[in-house]
Amino acid sequence: MLEATDITVRLGRREILHGVDFRARPGELTAIVGPNGSGKTTLLRALTGDLSQEGRVRLNGQDLSSLRPWVLAGLRAVLPQATPLAFPFTAAEVVRLGLMGGIEAAEADLVPKALARVGLAGFEGRYFQELSGGEQQRVQLARVLAQVWRPTAHGQPRWLFLDEPVSSLDIGHQLQVMRVARDYADQGGGVVTVMHDLNLTAMFADRVTLLAEGRVLAQGTPADVFRDEALSRAYRCPIRVNTPPEGGTYLLPHAAGQVAAE
Amino acid sequence: MVAISPDTAAAWDRAGHARRTTVLLALVLLTVAACGLTTGAAGTSPWTVLADLLAGREVALADRVVLFEIRLPRLAMGALVGASLAVSGAVMQGLFRNPLADPGLVGVSAGAGLGAISAIVLGGFWPAGLAAALGYYAVPVAAFLGGWASTLVLYGIATRRGRTSVATMLLGGIALGALAGALSGILVYMADDAQLRDLTFWGLGSLAGATWAKLAAAAPLMALALLCAPMLARGLNGLALGEAAAFHIGIPVQRLKTVAILTVAGATGAAVAVSGGIGFIGIVVPHLLRLATGPDHRYLLVNAALLGAALLILADVIARIVIAPAELPIGIVTAVLGGPVFLWILLRRRGVLDL
Repeated sequence: MLEATDITVRLGRREILHGVDFRARPGELTAIVGPNGSGKTTLLRALTGDLSQEGRVRLNGQDLSSLRPWVLAGLRAVLPQATPLAFPFTAAEVVRLGLMGGIEAAEADLVPKALARVGLAGFEGRYFQELSGGEQQRVQLARVLAQVWRPTAHGQPRWLFLDEPVSSLDIGHQLQVMRVARDYADQGGGVVTVMHDLNLTAMFADRVTLLAEGRVLAQGTPADVFRDEALSRAYRCPIRVNTPPEGGTYLLPHAAGQVAAE
Repeated sequence: MVAISPDTAAAWDRAGHARRTTVLLALVLLTVAACGLTTGAAGTSPWTVLADLLAGREVALADRVVLFEIRLPRLAMGALVGASLAVSGAVMQGLFRNPLADPGLVGVSAGAGLGAISAIVLGGFWPAGLAAALGYYAVPVAAFLGGWASTLVLYGIATRRGRTSVATMLLGGIALGALAGALSGILVYMADDAQLRDLTFWGLGSLAGATWAKLAAAAPLMALALLCAPMLARGLNGLALGEAAAFHIGIPVQRLKTVAILTVAGATGAAVAVSGGIGFIGIVVPHLLRLATGPDHRYLLVNAALLGAALLILADVIARIVIAPAELPIGIVTAVLGGPVFLWILLRRRGVLDL
């Protein structure tokens, strides 16, 4: 269980988050959505232990601020929006960085397995810097997968934190990456992801937290949160939520929605 | 060291290659060391001396002095200084996440130099107890403090929110170096004749003045830094992903940075204290090794120590023979060898540098 209570974050003089409460359960995919500048990434960074903040974050019942970095790394992995890499490491070497401090014997198997899971089988010896942006992003995903897959002794659920994991990917790879996250949740892991794409969120998330101006506007299942009124207010533009009879949900800006309805 | 046995290591694994390189470099170092012992103005052959000693025969005093009081300390000093310069270059590049970071380039050596010069010139102003307690160690310790302060300031200048900017690092380093150079200049003006003589010997950038006493003063600091370096390897690997991601994979980033900065300052400071400014070893050695065996610091740091030691001994041999019986300052030799390599690195990388 991940529980954050009354999180307030100030960066400089500006208060980015104002007393946010947030919960996520293992076995579920929890999405954080909201317009640009609403505090999504800041909330994620508070949950991963990157920021000092007011309020309390408990991960699997333990106070986040009391955990040493290497203990924390055994409980959660984080995929940042972009990770520039110094020095010419190969894809396999980057993935292996996620295994730091793990059981060494497992390394040789986990690295190709993680790369294959993100559709990059055979990329082991390729130089990271020579890969395309989308491939680099998936190598980094393989790295965090290796980190949560590596064998440890504690047996607690482990958490994946993803910051806009699909923003630089084409639609096929967006679906692939979301399925990796979905599968990890289905196997009992916890997934918390910042999302820009509301349609993908509606498709894959179990729970959604809608942020606007550093406050939680709505929290619940996608069906609860994705309502015309709440979304239009958060994003300051008319949005229509469509639920076609054949199932699923898709969202459109109002004007386009009218065109589609005609 | 990692525990991947050769049979489980896949084809993409560069670890085996890096380990074989370590063995090769150790052999190269031994060969070069033998050259260092046999070359010199005097025609002493270490092998004859050794054979005589083993056979219990009388060895000429001159030969014994040349071998044990001149060449051997000089060889040991060359090995330690070369290893220290190469390792501090590698650690600094890992810390700044940039292959152009080098203690000589970015003002850390200048800061260490300022420390050393202050110790020589201002030594008289120190409390008598402190000066007596430090003795021979005063110069290396002051150089260490100077190098430490400048590394700390430089990291503060160049790094914002966990990102290091190359341009800021290089420009900040130039300013720091100039400042340290100017302060050193003022101190040189203040120095009296005896101090000037000390300064001249110190500033030549030479291993010529190596004695066991000088070595004993600086060796502990260099040895300590060299022993610390391998413990930084995993952390520096993780730091290649940036400070945030390094924390995410379990690295205590703040502690890593503190130890890395102390290691750089210790190795650079002690090396500068005994040998003056010897350039380019710190940038050329790690770069060549990254090309040959990859950037994994678990192997890079060990190999850099071996190659740095071998290269500096070799440079010293060259410095001794090109204009024999006179000697070239070793700094000139490393600059002639290292300058072109540095330019070549720059040309290869200028597309990726954010300058």
